Amino acid sequence: MDDNLVEIQGLHFRRGRQVIFDGVDLSIPRGKITAIMGPSGTGKTTLLRLIGGQLRPDAGTLRVDGTNVPDLGRSGLYALRRRMGMLFQSGALLTDLNVFENVAFPVREHTKLPEALVRDVVLMKLELVGLRGAHRLMPEELSGGMARRVALARAIALDPLMILYDEPFVGLDPISMGVVVRLIRRLNDTLGLTSVIVTHDVHEVTAIADFCYLLSAGKVMGAGSPQSLADSASEWVRQFMNGLDDGPVPFHYPAPDYARDLLGDAA
Amino acid sequence: MAQRPISFTVLSDMLAGLGRSALFLLRILGGLPSVLVRPGLVIQQIYAVGVLSLIIIIVSGTFVGMVLGLQGYNTLRNFGAAESLGVIVALSLLRELGPVVTGLLFAGRAGSALAAEIGLMRATEQLSAMEMMAVDPVRRVVAPRFLAGALSMPLLSAIFTALGIFGGYLVGVEMLNVDAGAYWGQIQNAATFQDDVLNGILKSLVFGVVVSWIAVYQGYHSQPTSEGVSRATTSTVVISSLAILGLDFILTGLMFTGE
Repeated sequence: MDDNLVEIQGLHFRRGRQVIFDGVDLSIPRGKITAIMGPSGTGKTTLLRLIGGQLRPDAGTLRVDGTNVPDLGRSGLYALRRRMGMLFQSGALLTDLNVFENVAFPVREHTKLPEALVRDVVLMKLELVGLRGAHRLMPEELSGGMARRVALARAIALDPLMILYDEPFVGLDPISMGVVVRLIRRLNDTLGLTSVIVTHDVHEVTAIADFCYLLSAGKVMGAGSPQSLADSASEWVRQFMNGLDDGPVPFHYPAPDYARDLLGDAA
Repeated sequence: MAQRPISFTVLSDMLAGLGRSALFLLRILGGLPSVLVRPGLVIQQIYAVGVLSLIIIIVSGTFVGMVLGLQGYNTLRNFGAAESLGVIVALSLLRELGPVVTGLLFAGRAGSALAAEIGLMRATEQLSAMEMMAVDPVRRVVAPRFLAGALSMPLLSAIFTALGIFGGYLVGVEMLNVDAGAYWGQIQNAATFQDDVLNGILKSLVFGVVVSWIAVYQGYHSQPTSEGVSRATTSTVVISSLAILGLDFILTGLMFTGE
């Protein structure tokens, strides 16, 4: 069996005239947590949608577990998606269903399990994220962190191979953040998953990621373990990893000379 | 790129939109068999779009009938034909006002709600999440709502018409002393099932399909922002209303000429 669950080679993707990916190569090892980082607007979420087959690349191959995703038709794609879970930034819970029914949703749609078994599966998944007691609540009664944990329970309901996390740490308080961070690591290890985390929260993700990719301007700017990236020879990578305000990415938007701007020709 | 005249762009945009919505309708129709296997989904939606529209339909139907009774009586009396009030009320409701006014109210009450609901599901990534769970949102979300809308409309129109005729009776017979036997008898005499009742039902079915189609299309293809959802809701009501009036003219032309 191939060591890499996802293999991306020569990925090109553009949206209108804007080039999002300009020849990206990356691979996601099985059983590990891989972080994909980069400044806002680099197309990190787009990458997840490409892996999930919601978007098609302009060129390049994108293999998940050996099959090239862009080649798949609708039914092939749906068969593949049954083996991946995705956690959306907003949680994307179905607002007309309660917590229990949200987690039961993929189970009911894809299996014909008797009701008693559905109940067991759902309660087991909710227990894993610590929210078994909340199964009767409606999505609007949940806090941001709880909603994301319910969405996580739903993502693992069908025991997927891989989970794609889209900005899982955005907008969480420190306690919820800690809970989600540890949960991702624990689920990855106990369920034997492969996790892909797209984020720009360097601090949180480096605590749990096994491997990191840094994307910017449509290219891979750096790759390696979190530690090796922090000590990278590239000035840009160091600036990003350490959150420095000035460096290759300048603090100032390009502007005319400061003194001339303020004083006019008297300067 | 060479500049095209604006009228050409507008026309090609309109044609492209029509093409896209036709393809979308085909996708919905393709999803209908899987919906029929799970009637629960449709029943839930019939409650949302049909039952919850009942109040506005009941109130409007009764009042439209009562106004028809008043206006009809005043005009017919001049010709000494007040006994024919029932026919005027019943035929105008069965053939035109029932389906058309119900259609317009349905677009405002249920069509806008459908578009907003689906548009918000798009904006909050619920549709995307379904796709990633390998569930086709067109089958799971759109098709049941479309079917429920198409089925509810003829029923609502029938209720509107029946109450309208009753409203005309209240005003004509109870208030203005038209003979009750004449009121009902003339209706029975003049209105035929084939020409009036069936054609009215057919019209309302067409309006139901068109309004539901426009609503789910607008919602599903709305921009995922609050402005996008609001625009989808507005266009649903505007386009549906225009479509109902235009189609009514064509259908009337086909159904009621050459008698």
